[in-house]
Amino acid sequence: MSKSQDFMAWIDARFPLTKMWEEHLSKYYAPKNFNFWYFFGSLALLVLVIQIVSGIFLAMNYKPDAKLAFASVEYIMRDVSGGWIIRYMHSTGASAFFIVVYLHMFRGLMYGSYKQPRELVWIFGMLIYLALMAEAFMGYLLPWGQMSYWGAQVIVNLFGAIPVIGHDLSLWIRGDYVISDITLNRFFAFHVIAVPLVLLGLVVAHIIALHEVGSNNPDGVEIKKNKGPDGIPLDGIPFHPYYSVKDIVGVVVFLMFFASVMFFYPQMGGYFLEHNNFVPADPLKTPPHIAPVWYFTPFYTVLRAVPDPFLGVLAMGSAVVILFFLPWIDKNPIKSWRYRSALHKINLLLFAAVFIYLGYLGVNPPEPLLAEMGRRFAEVYFLFFFVIWFHSHRRSATFTLGSLVVLIGLYSLYDFVRLNEANQSLVMTSWLIPTVYLAFMLLGTFTNVNQEKPVPERVTS
Amino acid sequence: MKKIIAAFLLSLAPVLALASEGGVHLDKADIDLHDKDSLRNGARLFVNYCLSCHSAAYMRYNRMGKDLGLTDAQVKKNLMFAAEKVGETMTVAMPAKEAKAWFGTKVPDLTVVARARGADWLYSYLRGFYLDDSRPWGVNNTVFKDVGMPDVLWELEGLKKPIYKISKDEEGNDVKHIVGFEQVMPGKLSKAEYDNAIRDLVTFLVYMGEPAKLTRYTIGLWVLLYLALLFVVAYALKKEYWKDVH
Repeated sequence: MSKSQDFMAWIDARFPLTKMWEEHLSKYYAPKNFNFWYFFGSLALLVLVIQIVSGIFLAMNYKPDAKLAFASVEYIMRDVSGGWIIRYMHSTGASAFFIVVYLHMFRGLMYGSYKQPRELVWIFGMLIYLALMAEAFMGYLLPWGQMSYWGAQVIVNLFGAIPVIGHDLSLWIRGDYVISDITLNRFFAFHVIAVPLVLLGLVVAHIIALHEVGSNNPDGVEIKKNKGPDGIPLDGIPFHPYYSVKDIVGVVVFLMFFASVMFFYPQMGGYFLEHNNFVPADPLKTPPHIAPVWYFTPFYTVLRAVPDPFLGVLAMGSAVVILFFLPWIDKNPIKSWRYRSALHKINLLLFAAVFIYLGYLGVNPPEPLLAEMGRRFAEVYFLFFFVIWFHSHRRSATFTLGSLVVLIGLYSLYDFVRLNEANQSLVMTSWLIPTVYLAFMLLGTFTNVNQEKPVPERVTS
Repeated sequence: MKKIIAAFLLSLAPVLALASEGGVHLDKADIDLHDKDSLRNGARLFVNYCLSCHSAAYMRYNRMGKDLGLTDAQVKKNLMFAAEKVGETMTVAMPAKEAKAWFGTKVPDLTVVARARGADWLYSYLRGFYLDDSRPWGVNNTVFKDVGMPDVLWELEGLKKPIYKISKDEEGNDVKHIVGFEQVMPGKLSKAEYDNAIRDLVTFLVYMGEPAKLTRYTIGLWVLLYLALLFVVAYALKKEYWKDVH
């Protein structure tokens, strides 16, 4: 045995290094037909590393103190060597994280990656998404600009809408009657220690769960069902070196986009860094228009769609929580949308479009027309989950028509209650939005757009 | 269906409106950050006219000197009136409390004002003062209505009086619009010279908002070039490995 083999044997007798290397990389068999959409998992990991590393360097120069925070960020931007690069890396990374994660999640929807046996992979992923939202929200307070301050004020106040405990709860979160130095200090602690720890733990769990069941693929075929005599899946290739070298290409392309934003458009027209956040936080001056950062805006629109504050918070919470249940909502045995009906494909694409549009509405002030659109598309957002459940298997004509009547009846009843002279033409016109969507998705099942295709035995390359 | 599409498209309209936020017309500030003369003239105007009340507390004199191609001695002699050492930041001696009593509001720090307001806003604002007897300082502003700041550049621009046009709004009330200005007292500079001076000042403010802007595009290009080369290598490597996957 050579010296290095000796050394490895010494290690392996004490720590399962070779075993881990093989289980997760060199003998982890991934389907050979991964496409473009499969880059976003490794890219999410890359962004996590970028955020942690740039975050460490920022924390070396940042001061979590209401009197010093804003100035310390400008100190980083000017006086710290390379400080502006680190800061833009971190601020661009925050938005990049959400872009990558949203694309990663949509990949899961397209190819049914949340379905049996990968429910826990999905659940861990959703928990990561929740932790990420908390991380982003608390991090956004740290520059202590007007938007940091008032955005945090608005979001913490949401907890105040909860009956009975609401007031005490928001007080407990802030540690003060308003967002203050105390809040800044604790958000800093959460942002740099607590949430990142949780995030890392969840990422490990996400990957362990994935490697236990094996990766899904664009065909939604289980490669473990077709193994060769050596016990290796016929359509599987070792993750390392095949996907490690492929992911490097993805990483380089991603970094080109990332660097373009970082060096040329770090503010991204006010979406990645809001203009108003260059004004120091002033508790006595409420900005005329408070918009959360873009990645929260779809849910913000859902919140604003409901007039009652508590019900609004509930609706916004449900809009996130309902995603956890996706594996049990969509019971259709076919995983990939390649072999699902055209109707299902349209449904997913519409869902993505609606999500983006809700996000767009969330950055704009809720003028009557936009507010109405927010309400209607929030309805479509929730109806999507009914539709994806409905498409799980063939439904009888009675059930289809019955569901259609009941659902349309539900929101029409609400429309009837809120109808007045000023809004009637708007309400009646926009009523068509959820109705056309629902009618198409339900009645479409009787036509040939509902035709599903046979799933192949092996992956197609 | 057509109605829905129309409503949907209509709802997108505010994006266009957002471009001209607040409904105030802004003039385009045609600034060039690489014009050193413009930056230096802007710095000179800034320390002479703004820095007596407004601070730029995150900006150091020597950093400005370095970026503007001036020696420490030059900075000290020409641009530093309120500080001892070139390593100091641009603070002001005016006490905040009294400033509030004088102007009715806190005097904002100007280090990153260009990032909050944008160059066009500043360019229009600094050219938008006009005579208005109803205001404590006798002036108002077209961009920032009822602003607390006096017209500190009046000796350069001179004084101008607005020409109003009165029209009726939907409810039949009279509404005054400013349609133009009439110069009532000439300044040291002509209109074109004044516009240029303000352009220089705004150029300086934009620079001060983000000094890294002077270098970040160049560095970005090198980074992208490096990544482009890395892409070629990474792609070739992938191709080589994937030869045996069928």
